[in-house]
Amino acid sequence: METAFTPFASLGGGILIGLAATLLMLVSGRVMGATGILSGAIWGPQGRDWRIALLAGMATGPLVLLALTGSFPAIEVPVSTLAMVLGGVLVGIGVTFGAGCTSGHGVCGMARLSTRSIVATLTFMLTTGITVYVVRHVLGG
Amino acid sequence: MRLIVLYLIGLVFGIGISISGMANPAKVLNFFDVAGTWDPSLIFVMGGALVTTFIGYRFVLKRPTPLMEGTFHLPTKTDLDARLIGGSAVFGIGWGISGFCPGGALPALGTGNLNVIAFVVSLVAGMAAARYAQDLMARAQPARA
Repeated sequence: METAFTPFASLGGGILIGLAATLLMLVSGRVMGATGILSGAIWGPQGRDWRIALLAGMATGPLVLLALTGSFPAIEVPVSTLAMVLGGVLVGIGVTFGAGCTSGHGVCGMARLSTRSIVATLTFMLTTGITVYVVRHVLGG
Repeated sequence: MRLIVLYLIGLVFGIGISISGMANPAKVLNFFDVAGTWDPSLIFVMGGALVTTFIGYRFVLKRPTPLMEGTFHLPTKTDLDARLIGGSAVFGIGWGISGFCPGGALPALGTGNLNVIAFVVSLVAGMAAARYAQDLMARAQPARA
């Protein structure tokens, strides 16, 4: 499935993501990592309230887009529901052992020039690329 | 007051993810499909987010404390261990299979899309399983925990 090249929307979205990460550090002194925010919101033990507030704000994002533009952001899924479930479980295991994901390691950790985050980001970008290549060009999914 | 501010920060993140394309698996998978239907858009997301955060942190981390808490809570680990690398590798495989990462999927929950819900429920199940495994490992080798 082809998708349109959207450099301006993507750059604008990226700047907002970075602005949110900066604001969270300014206000609470915390990194904007989706993995840590989700696991802290579910399992705590402390700081569940503000993490739930952050998550509620995140989930309101598409609704603001709907109000402003008349449509939700596009969510096109070129894979099966089984792939969603299998991918979700693997992502959950991976980000827990790896202690972070694209937002935590890829944005906040790299912005702090953390060696751990740079190694983590290079690792998952590489395995994501290999997986997409194998699924699309070797297995022919 | 604090919770309203945090809700609004989450909202900025959620709007950013929504317009960036990170909540669209087709776009994410195409970014990695250099050999096929390549869409380089996401380099602009990563670049924009990284440069903004890099500059923002330079200013914020010069402050003695954050505005609403007594201290900064920055990650302190520095070791490049098997968990970091193995976990990140497995995360990438899952991201490549589904096209969703946690930061892309959580804001997308607001659309009520069933694929997003399936992903997030599975994500939480995987996190729970990994936490249980980490617990068992810590009990088996208390010296290394």
